[in-house]
Amino acid sequence: MISIKNLHAEVEGKPILRGIDLEIPDGEVHAIMGPNGSGKSTLASILAGREEYEITEGSVIYKDKELLELGADERACEGVFLGFQYPVEIPGVSNLYLLRAALNARRKYRGEPEIDAVDFMQMAQEKIAHVGMSMEMAKRGVNEDFSGGEKKRNEIFQMLMLEPSLAVLDETDSGLDIDALKVVSDGINRLRSPERSVVLVTHYKRLLEHCVPDRIHVLYQGRIVRSGGPELADTLEAEGYANLETDEAATAS
Amino acid sequence: MAAHEEDVETLVAEREYEAGFVTDLESDTVAPGLNEDVIRFISAKKSEPDWMLEWRLEAFRQWQQMPMPKWPHLHYAPIDFQKISYYSAPKSAKDKPKSLDEVDPKLLETYEKLGIPLREQEMLAGVEGAEYPSTSSNVAVDAVFDSVSVATTFKQKLADAGVIFCSISEAIQEYPELIRKHLGTVVPRGDNFFAGLNAAVFTDGSFVYIPEGVTCPMELSTYFRINAENTGQFERTLIVAEKGSHVSYLEGCTAPQRDENQLHAAVVELVAEDDAEIKYSTVQNWYPGDENGRGGIYNFVTKRGDCRGDRSKISWTQVETGSAITWKYPSCVLNGDDSVGEFYSVAVTRGMQQADTGTKMIHVGKNTKSTIIAKGISAARGEQSYRGLVKILPSAVNARNFTQCDSLLIGDKCGAHTFPYVESKNSTAKLEHEATTSKIGEDQMFYCQQRGLSEEDAVSLIVNGFCKDVFKELPMEFAVEAQKLLNVTLENAVG
Repeated sequence: MISIKNLHAEVEGKPILRGIDLEIPDGEVHAIMGPNGSGKSTLASILAGREEYEITEGSVIYKDKELLELGADERACEGVFLGFQYPVEIPGVSNLYLLRAALNARRKYRGEPEIDAVDFMQMAQEKIAHVGMSMEMAKRGVNEDFSGGEKKRNEIFQMLMLEPSLAVLDETDSGLDIDALKVVSDGINRLRSPERSVVLVTHYKRLLEHCVPDRIHVLYQGRIVRSGGPELADTLEAEGYANLETDEAATAS
Repeated sequence: MAAHEEDVETLVAEREYEAGFVTDLESDTVAPGLNEDVIRFISAKKSEPDWMLEWRLEAFRQWQQMPMPKWPHLHYAPIDFQKISYYSAPKSAKDKPKSLDEVDPKLLETYEKLGIPLREQEMLAGVEGAEYPSTSSNVAVDAVFDSVSVATTFKQKLADAGVIFCSISEAIQEYPELIRKHLGTVVPRGDNFFAGLNAAVFTDGSFVYIPEGVTCPMELSTYFRINAENTGQFERTLIVAEKGSHVSYLEGCTAPQRDENQLHAAVVELVAEDDAEIKYSTVQNWYPGDENGRGGIYNFVTKRGDCRGDRSKISWTQVETGSAITWKYPSCVLNGDDSVGEFYSVAVTRGMQQADTGTKMIHVGKNTKSTIIAKGISAARGEQSYRGLVKILPSAVNARNFTQCDSLLIGDKCGAHTFPYVESKNSTAKLEHEATTSKIGEDQMFYCQQRGLSEEDAVSLIVNGFCKDVFKELPMEFAVEAQKLLNVTLENAVG
């Protein structure tokens, strides 16, 4: 699905990513863990095409294309979805309106006609039931006056509607109570299929218990310093990130 | 040019205007310049009665004593009023068309380009009294092309309801009592510099009369468009709603590219008697000039509604995207007790456009209420000011006003300014004012683009959301047009 090679990126001259190598095959769910400031969210933003980072080296091949050469909207139309850590509010624009515009942008990109209004509403009604939101909420302004948990549910609702090939979820689990966490993990599990891949950026093991990843990677100071199976989460939970510095030294030498 | 001047001279020399009727004028455009003779020419050209000519001349005399207003937050070179031609009629309009075939094909072409919903072609044909297909659209159109109404439609259906909807020139001929009773009662001739000019030289416009107790059976609509080069447009509109009547009026305009600045000084007067309701919606899209501000329309408009009767209501909704300069303050004078005034506005300035716009709510009667929602959008080097006055007179017991002004900036070279004036002379008044200024955030843009929207679509989505409170006040078809217009206007606004 996606192959990241030697990716270096910086903000205002300060290196954030210092040589990321990561392969995510079709159909797999990979978790990226690591302490604050390790570059997790930066990696997620760069994959989605945020422009405030300068890519100094490396490549990201996604479905045989160089992802870094595409604009954010083109990446979205190619099936890349970012679940935002802090979803923004867009007053006066209903969630449904944005979603329909998003779906139609994809269709236009692929040379297909716009989605039928009735089909769209049926689809929305079906998918919104999975995340425990009401259609009334979907008709409100994008994330307008939504609580933190509602915003995250809304991200999952959008993901289910847009059916991405590669979903990158940036700390979608943070700040959620147990019910909302279940909604989010159910949503991710629903999306899992042999044609789709998921990147879960998270601090915590508890999401990974509901949504077991194929691989876990530990990001530290802009590099992946350790990779392993789902059991790596237990190790990290037991040992914390304290040993990473020695790993880092080992990798560097 | 020489021929035109000759026309005026001949006309003046022969004093034909005294007869109040002139049939044999070859010229369709008067030479640039403004004096009493030009006003006599216009009046004669329109076969006006003497009282109308006198009214114009008195306006002209007052206007000559008035200075141009200097207070707006606008910058432009002085206007030479002697370089403007004050009358121009399209060639084909000498005899009003009675069917589509008689309408200048170029005119129809222009309307088509404007995207005027073209049931209008049927509507134009309808002048002949043809049956209309009972479609969902219920809009009657009085089209003003350059200074003369070329077609008025749906007349029969309106006439059945007792509604008068015609050009103001026609109304002066056909309904002189109504015109004499109301013209200039809301915006007097000496009200301000541009209103004075308009009163002297207005060429056409619309007249609407809704009799007591009648709800107008359809939306009334006028499309304005400047055509001839160097010709100022001086439209005059008068709407009178008698007791208990209701009417919704739509006004929309665009203009083609021009090299020289064109002056537009319209006057709109609304009169609402007891329990009457007038809703006046505008989409203004005059040519704004090129990216250096060259060639755009100067739009100096006086719009005022008089809530004369108790429990009357006047609502202004405007979407202002065009013109190089916009100077416009649709206002309500709330004379009647329990009367209501509303102002909903979206104004867009981009390129080198400047707008100084807002409203005045004058509370005179008891328990009067007003609402002001103004949304300003500035992009590129656009400059925009909201200027609003809320005035509570001593007689206005329990008056209430709510004002909300929001500005949205796109880029960092544009400007937004707010000049709210409040004068309260009654301590029972309740006034609320909210104002915000925001920039389209990178976060909002990225969010939309990550969902697949192009940069332009993202801007238009965010801007349309920002304007929603105003758009929802527009009649349905107009709201859709306004959104499209906003999207077209803000193309390439970012980056």
